[in-house]
Amino acid sequence: MAFKGAVVVDTEKCKGCGVCIANCPTDTIALANKVNSKGYPYAMMANPDNCIGCANCAIVCPDSVITVYKVKI
Amino acid sequence: MQTTMDNDIIKPENLVYGKSKVLTDTVMHYCPGCTHGVVHKIIAEVIEEMDIQDRTIGVCPVGCAVFAYKYIDIDWQQAAHGRAPALATATKRLYPDKYVFTYQGDGDLASIGTAEIIHACNRGENIVVIFINNAIYGMTGGQMAPTTLLGMKTATTPYGRKAELNGYPLKITELVAQLEGTCYVTRQSAQNPASVRKAKKAIRKAFENTTQKKGTSFIEIVAACNSNWKMAPVKANKWMEENMFPFYPLGDLKDR
Amino acid sequence: MAEKLLKKGNEAIALAAIRYGVDGYFGYPITPQSEVMETLMEEMPWETTGMVVLQAESETSSINMLYGGACCGKKVMTSSSSPGISLMCEGISYMAGSELPCLVVNVTRGGPGLGTIQPSQGDYFQAVKGGGHGDYKTIVLAPASVQEMYDFVGTGFDLAFKYRMPAMILSDGAIGQMMEKVELRPQVQRLTDKEIAEKYGDWATTGKSGRKANFISSLALEARDMEQINLRLQAKYRLIEETEVLFEKHLCDDAEYLLVAFGSSARICESTVEMARSKGIRMGLLRPITLFPFPTRIIQAMLPQLKGIMSVELSAGQMVEDIRLAVNGAVPVEFFGKMGGIVFSPEEVLNAFTAKFNL
Repeated sequence: MAFKGAVVVDTEKCKGCGVCIANCPTDTIALANKVNSKGYPYAMMANPDNCIGCANCAIVCPDSVITVYKVKI
Repeated sequence: MQTTMDNDIIKPENLVYGKSKVLTDTVMHYCPGCTHGVVHKIIAEVIEEMDIQDRTIGVCPVGCAVFAYKYIDIDWQQAAHGRAPALATATKRLYPDKYVFTYQGDGDLASIGTAEIIHACNRGENIVVIFINNAIYGMTGGQMAPTTLLGMKTATTPYGRKAELNGYPLKITELVAQLEGTCYVTRQSAQNPASVRKAKKAIRKAFENTTQKKGTSFIEIVAACNSNWKMAPVKANKWMEENMFPFYPLGDLKDR
Repeated sequence: MAEKLLKKGNEAIALAAIRYGVDGYFGYPITPQSEVMETLMEEMPWETTGMVVLQAESETSSINMLYGGACCGKKVMTSSSSPGISLMCEGISYMAGSELPCLVVNVTRGGPGLGTIQPSQGDYFQAVKGGGHGDYKTIVLAPASVQEMYDFVGTGFDLAFKYRMPAMILSDGAIGQMMEKVELRPQVQRLTDKEIAEKYGDWATTGKSGRKANFISSLALEARDMEQINLRLQAKYRLIEETEVLFEKHLCDDAEYLLVAFGSSARICESTVEMARSKGIRMGLLRPITLFPFPTRIIQAMLPQLKGIMSVELSAGQMVEDIRLAVNGAVPVEFFGKMGGIVFSPEEVLNAFTAKFNL
């Protein structure tokens, strides 16, 4: 069974800690080259094709800013 | 503001994981990458899954988590430094049908609160104690904690903690495990998905224990304080794995 | 038929707690008040009214157990003596700042420090001026009999819940230990959890059921917020000063000289007044019952008829300062007292009085 996933980041609440990136198994999520209004670079789905919706990123996020979706393919 | 891609997958029916309803909308004041945020989240998830939001009372500490009451949407009591187990004792004895837990840091629980935690555990109060151990005092600016490792540099051990000056790191979890009144004593962490899942299971078990009048459930979460350890969040988690875990080994010390 | 028993003051506190439907007692042994908890443990009220009685590991822990119980809207109390009350002062400050009701009984002993176990009134400052940090007050009731020890448990809780603040019974070792007849009042039912949620659900932590979450805290990092809290507390205290003063007058109508004394000291001074009267001195006794609020206006109203006032205390002189504040120089205010647990006799008081006023 294979899954295709997608994540949505609440970029205004993201603090750019990078823990999600360190735990993503598919190189999907990365820090943007921009900052939010608090001055934090925020996480974003940089490689959407890679996402398998495992939710690792959301599980480790301290600020609960990531929402994860997936479909069976 | 969200980064949404024009993406067929992002639909409510495809939702896998989202923010718990038991967490408030208030942005947490914790530093980026702080373990507090992760633990608050899994506590909220357990409360949501057990459907006990209307019957849970939390006792928050003095420390970085003094503002826990802003983030988890339940009734909260703000305790004086170290005294949370005393508040929880009275609350649970007066309201035996409620779920009562304390959330404490290493200064709160293992320094000023040593008497309160030992005695609450010794009496076997039917509460959950969640102990966040990051081996340093966060809120007050990075001073030594009882659990600071030997050699660790802090604001009050600028040359590294020395046993002859400051004594030894205190393994309070091992102490409470020896008390008859504790039924479940475990050490967990929350820096990767596997450990977060395990920690959440432990918290769930602890909450369920309190209804069976088995005694106190004590969960230590070995945590990182990247700000006061002066490392980036991911690096701090790595340092924790390499230095804290050997001294504070993860796993169940007791499970009756 | 009234239920009358011969009991010690400390025992009366315990019996009153059970009869008044108190939900929890959390305390620690210390002489001269350990009988309070011992009596509660003997009576086993957890089997009759469901009252929780717990021996805590310290006074520090006790007051924090009160804090937790009070957060939940429950009637909770403790008892201790001077050094233990010192340990509780932080908790009392927290409860005053968080606007929580509770009852703390201080059976005062000689101090300072570890002191002695004999009676004293040296904790007046601690009780009335606030032994803990910050601008706060607690209701302070000073019993002078075993019956008042009993009755003030109910009065204390009523005022504590009326104003959402800690109340204190400031007793001493003599009243705690002496035996007198005490009439027990009919049993008051403990509030059910539902009743508590209905009465106090706007602030108490009873579980967020059908309402927004409540949190109890005394923290306000914004100075403007902290000021508002303090203004609210001060307004409360001003109201209490206007409306809740309790006192007793003895032979004051035609008095030229006034003794002011509370608790055990007042009991002794009653005899002093009789002795003075038999010698032709028109002496009266004012016994403050509430020490906060202090009977300032009562004293001021008597000033036109008085030639002098003497404060009589088992201490180095603490209440005398509040008398001097009330009198504001209008008439001479003298002081007589004994410290360290020594108790004076009625004659000693009279001799001191006649010496100080050259009579």
